[in-house]
Amino acid sequence: MASADDIIRAGWPPRSVFLDYPLGHTTGRSGAADEQYDIVRQAMAAFDTAAEPGQMVSLDYQWSADDAWRSAAADTSAGDQRAPRDETPRYQYEADREAAEAAGR
Amino acid sequence: MPVEYIKSITDRYERLGYPAYKWYRAEEPPPWTALKKPISESRIGVLTTAGAYVKGQVAFYYKDDTSYRAIPKSTAAADMRFSHITENYLPDARRDSNCVVPLEPLRRLEDEGAIGELADDVLSCMGGIYSQRRVHQELIPALAARYREQAVDAVFLVPL
Repeated sequence: MASADDIIRAGWPPRSVFLDYPLGHTTGRSGAADEQYDIVRQAMAAFDTAAEPGQMVSLDYQWSADDAWRSAAADTSAGDQRAPRDETPRYQYEADREAAEAAGR
Repeated sequence: MPVEYIKSITDRYERLGYPAYKWYRAEEPPPWTALKKPISESRIGVLTTAGAYVKGQVAFYYKDDTSYRAIPKSTAAADMRFSHITENYLPDARRDSNCVVPLEPLRRLEDEGAIGELADDVLSCMGGIYSQRRVHQELIPALAARYREQAVDAVFLVPL
């Protein structure tokens, strides 16, 4: 799957399926079960149909009627959006840390 | 026009005074291996780079974590968690993990016979590793070994 067209093309995978959505929705919108199913179904079908090395199949889905999300995604004025880099596991919930420690991991 | 992520991230780093990010660029065409059988008869492995883990597993850390997690394919969306350095891409996945780790769609396709079989575990890694050397020398060989153990016919890669 691919939603960052230029990054995926730079990596040149043998075959790929492009969904033109904002990053973080590589297999569809949150809560849209039928859409997610159709996207993954088409991706699986592409395994059977892709015939040329590097072929990228584009899916016919549109995130929104306007392009405001593209401007936001390409906006370079924001600061660094990465979290600090260290070797501390970053649990989504504190309870996850307790669960992992209880499991002896 | 698709969003130009490489250009926008390169511009942002330059403006912030960071060293230039060295994007991976393949220099040769990809190796091509035709599928030996249709997907409806194949065993499919899955890789997510969203830093997904299941409650009870150790989360990923953000400084070049080259480990991976094996997530049982029966995992409920409610038990899926995410730890990825670009947390700004995670809010929707944390509401519904299927938008980046599509386990429910894949299980449905398996039930319907469109996929021969899903491997027992989805493999999950951290997509934000700043050392190409460590990805090549540590992560990729470990993942490849696990896929060989799973005896998969193809791997479905889902980046964040």
